Amino acid sequence: MARWTVRGIVADMMPVLAVLTLIELVSGVVLDTFQATLLRFPSLLVLVPVTIGLAGNIGSIMASRLSTATHLGLLRFEPTDETLVGNALATVGLAVTLFPAVGAGAWIVQALLAGTRLPLGTVVLVATLSGAALAALAVFVTVAATYTAFRVGADPDDVVLPVVTNTCDVLGVLVLFAVVRLLV
Amino acid sequence: MSIRTTAAEAYREALPVVAVSAVGGLFAGVVLGGMEAELSQVPGLLLLVPALLATRGNVYGSLGARLASALHQGLVEPRFDFADRRTRAAIAAAMANGVLVSVFAALSGFGLLVALGRNHASLATLVAVAFIAGVISGVLLTLAVVGVVFIGHRRGINPDTLAGPVVTTTGDVVGIATMLFAARVVLALGGG
Repeated sequence: MARWTVRGIVADMMPVLAVLTLIELVSGVVLDTFQATLLRFPSLLVLVPVTIGLAGNIGSIMASRLSTATHLGLLRFEPTDETLVGNALATVGLAVTLFPAVGAGAWIVQALLAGTRLPLGTVVLVATLSGAALAALAVFVTVAATYTAFRVGADPDDVVLPVVTNTCDVLGVLVLFAVVRLLV
Repeated sequence: MSIRTTAAEAYREALPVVAVSAVGGLFAGVVLGGMEAELSQVPGLLLLVPALLATRGNVYGSLGARLASALHQGLVEPRFDFADRRTRAAIAAAMANGVLVSVFAALSGFGLLVALGRNHASLATLVAVAFIAGVISGVLLTLAVVGVVFIGHRRGINPDTLAGPVVTTTGDVVGIATMLFAARVVLALGGG
């Protein structure tokens, strides 16, 4: 039963929020490490929030679908399970169709507003590779988190969603960093 | 259902929400891309970006979910005069959480910067930026979340399906825009 006093709500949420903040600071350190590159190529800076956001979103959608399927008893953790494999494919499909568009969008708005130093192809490639890698990681994290919650008898709705969203946030920055190091 | 139809259905269902949030994320990115000057003048501010954005999503997403569930249970009335005790408590708690966690992020972030020997602005500057951004984004996101959830409920739209996408799309834009504003205010007051 949810508590409805200011003190009660703050006391319920603050520990979780503090832990999540410390996790997010890890991706902050990574951003700080490649700040010079990001400031030199602002079209990459434009990619930061959308990469973090999309990774978390795609992961959270898969997580909530798997959680529901677990509740309904429709999910078997086997490589032939339709729900499992179908949702994994949809997750990868969303990433590989949306991330190239996001890369192109980031380059176009930056070119219109301030001019860019990187060619369009590079920014699209950075976004696409980051998206594909993130989708694979998001699938892995989601399945692992849902399976663990299922095994220990925790409600996957409570546990899996925050874990997946915040892990994907951190992975989003890490993957972007790795891809930028590789390509730029 | 075959794997193929499951995948196609999941893809079709998720695409509109994810596409809208991608557009929101691009807007946020444009603001961040225009912050080059402030990010150089306040070293360490970029380190706070993921934590502050996640805080907006976590705190105001939870406010939306809480109000949506309470509307379903008939615990709160969808009225904007804030006469409802529970609505007031939920909003005040969200504001307190948002501001406290933002300041906590600035304090911990400063500690990390010092421990790692990174270039950093003063503690007062980082805390002031986090505090100002936390207060202003709190007011704006509370208005957005409460407005959408209550109006949606009155029009017969399930508030559960509205709150999440609204927070994810507006949270990043509002989060970064208020950080930019707060950084400018603090720089104008002589911080750095």
